[in-house]
Amino acid sequence: MTQNHLITSASLLGGAPQDILIAEGVVVALGADAAAHPAAADATVLDATGLVALPGLVDVHTHLREPGREDAETVETGTRAAALGGYTAVHAMANSSPVADTAGVVEQVHSLGQAAGWVDVRPVGAVTIGLAGERLAELGAMAESRAQVRMFSDDGICVHDPVLMRRALEYVKAFDGVIAQHAQEPRLTEGAQMNEGDVSAVLGLAGWPAVAEESIIARDVLLAQHVDSRLHVCHVSTAGSVEIIRWAKQRGIKVTAEVTPHHLLLTDELVRSYDPVYKVNPPLRTQEDVLALRQALAEGVIDVIGTDHAPHPSEHKECEWAQAAMGMTGLETALSVIQHTMVETGLMGWADVARVMSEAPAGIGRLEDQGRPIAVGEPANIVLVDPAARWKVDGAAMATKGRNTPFQGMELPGRVTATFFHGHPTVLDGALNTPRHGAGA
Amino acid sequence: MKHLLSTQDLSRKDALDILDTAEEMAQVGQREVKKLPALRGRTVVNLFFEDSTRTRISFEAAAKRLSADVINFSAKGSSVSKGESLKDTAQTLAAIGADAVVIRHWASGAPQRLANTDWIDARILNAGDGTHEHPTQALLDAFTMRRHWAKLAGTGSAGTDLSGMRVAIAGDVLHSRVARSNVWLLRTLGATVTLVAPPTLLPVGVDAWPCEVSYDLDATLEQGVDAMMMLRVQKERMNASFFPSAREYSRRWGFDDARLEALDRHGLKDTIIMHPGPMNRGLEISSAAADSARSTILDQVSNGVSVRMAALYLLLTGGRDDETSTSHAATEGIPA
Repeated sequence: MTQNHLITSASLLGGAPQDILIAEGVVVALGADAAAHPAAADATVLDATGLVALPGLVDVHTHLREPGREDAETVETGTRAAALGGYTAVHAMANSSPVADTAGVVEQVHSLGQAAGWVDVRPVGAVTIGLAGERLAELGAMAESRAQVRMFSDDGICVHDPVLMRRALEYVKAFDGVIAQHAQEPRLTEGAQMNEGDVSAVLGLAGWPAVAEESIIARDVLLAQHVDSRLHVCHVSTAGSVEIIRWAKQRGIKVTAEVTPHHLLLTDELVRSYDPVYKVNPPLRTQEDVLALRQALAEGVIDVIGTDHAPHPSEHKECEWAQAAMGMTGLETALSVIQHTMVETGLMGWADVARVMSEAPAGIGRLEDQGRPIAVGEPANIVLVDPAARWKVDGAAMATKGRNTPFQGMELPGRVTATFFHGHPTVLDGALNTPRHGAGA
Repeated sequence: MKHLLSTQDLSRKDALDILDTAEEMAQVGQREVKKLPALRGRTVVNLFFEDSTRTRISFEAAAKRLSADVINFSAKGSSVSKGESLKDTAQTLAAIGADAVVIRHWASGAPQRLANTDWIDARILNAGDGTHEHPTQALLDAFTMRRHWAKLAGTGSAGTDLSGMRVAIAGDVLHSRVARSNVWLLRTLGATVTLVAPPTLLPVGVDAWPCEVSYDLDATLEQGVDAMMMLRVQKERMNASFFPSAREYSRRWGFDDARLEALDRHGLKDTIIMHPGPMNRGLEISSAAADSARSTILDQVSNGVSVRMAALYLLLTGGRDDETSTSHAATEGIPA
């Protein structure tokens, strides 16, 4: 018997205040019916006046590092961070050690997620064995495993062989899978350190040109069209990529695209500090790219936010730029950055935020009980956000093991005050509560 | 000026300060006893992560002429080759009591990391970082040009700049820290700079630099050049398709005997020929050009000691201690 919760006066997707009654992991009543419902009698009441209620967030792109790099992150610490960020599901990328390229590894990650109990952990399977880009991993076995993998990606590395990419796109049609591509032409980015442009010219850092991303996306949307399969483009970072994806969608190609919070806010000007906290792949681009990405997200050309949460131990960042690891943490700052860049700029409303951070990501990953509307009979995956709150980012205070937040010291709007994961509050009063256990889901 | 990391953020006043001080230091080099007590008791560490005998001995000579204690720390055969991090190395040098660290590193930005972190609280001098900057090389080049320019004007060098001087820099600009440092500094000092290179050896983004760009060395010479600086070109670049062959490079962008004669033909009797060394004779510069009366290549080497003495002296004896503009970097790059 789980505790029932009555959330009062929450603004659903930014609309008029309503009550929400949660019992047995499900939304059982809304509005005036909620308080009158029999299950409300022994419910814990949570006053949500001034708070926005969104469906629990779903991340299509998370690096949990376990197995293999437990010094960087574990499923436990990474999913704590996710819950604090308002997430109820994350897709764990495959570049662990060993690589998640077999049913055994994806089931292990899935089980670790269940044992932790903070969010649904949906493993992403590798496209190729060992991410080596040579032979297909056993995609079918991963799809049929207890982890029920639907998203496959060699993220971190591009599936650059066009024949292999074609076969992967074709093969996953058998189980409604999707290939999530890390679009990076390898030869054009050998030794690449940052966006190629005015800043790289001055800093003397090897350039990562936009064309290396755009040429792969152009090829891949044509392949997806040719074999009529689903392509997801990870972390789109350039204005040119947006144009190609827009073109592909107009032609009816089944492509979805993701953008990270950091690519919506930060630019390569930050690299002038040579501080590797700003080193990420794909790299921070120009302000023109930032504005194009925001516009594309608002227009639906880009479908979802993916954090690309990539924690690293401090020694991998406290070094020379060229020696440093690529990646930034993001789970605990994503919603605030989206509020800052998309909501407060007037580009999006909260219903749009729900679409790009919950509904659409769940659809891409084929998560049936995530990204659902907040409605009677739906699973109670709900996050409450205080949009009026302001907070100063402090990496040392985060639940993730990674201290590599590029937003360190910035004041951001919006604070997650509560996260309900299948009806269980994993976060209350802006702090971790308890994990959800026993449901066996 | 707390550190000397780049010429891009070097003010005109600081640049002239270094050059004028270097003139005074040059006098010391003329004496029988080439030594000043200015840095007695100070420890200067030459921290070299990349082989560079010329730059290291130049800094070593400069520090010793100022009576500093010099420690040479080469990454090869040290704890660095056993995997010690830059942070640990820096903290070790701090614990030893280094007052200044002269750092040469293969990674762009490594000196700035030392300056910006709390790993070490010493003065940092960039002795060449990756393909970023080599500020003391540009300062010694400017010093050499300034002497030449002042002599032509019939004045002393002190206090003067390079106004009106036309400088061409030819070669592998893409991979050259010397080119970058020179572009910023020469511009600051009033010269006009033309970069001459094959398009493959110019960085994307060069059009935003305060200089002209040319693919045609002969046309640039014909337009008139007061100082012609040749950059070292590594033959290995042709294996990465930056140019088809060493011979083709040499024909199109090398300063060969024909171009040496062209200077006379164009009436450029006072044009000097410069090279930061080490040279590839026969590739980017012919022997006749390198050994001609126009060549300032050896002057550059001796001027290097004076300029490095000046930089060490100004950084370590205080001068002015105004913090350079790094604090705004925290917000730059975040669009509103």
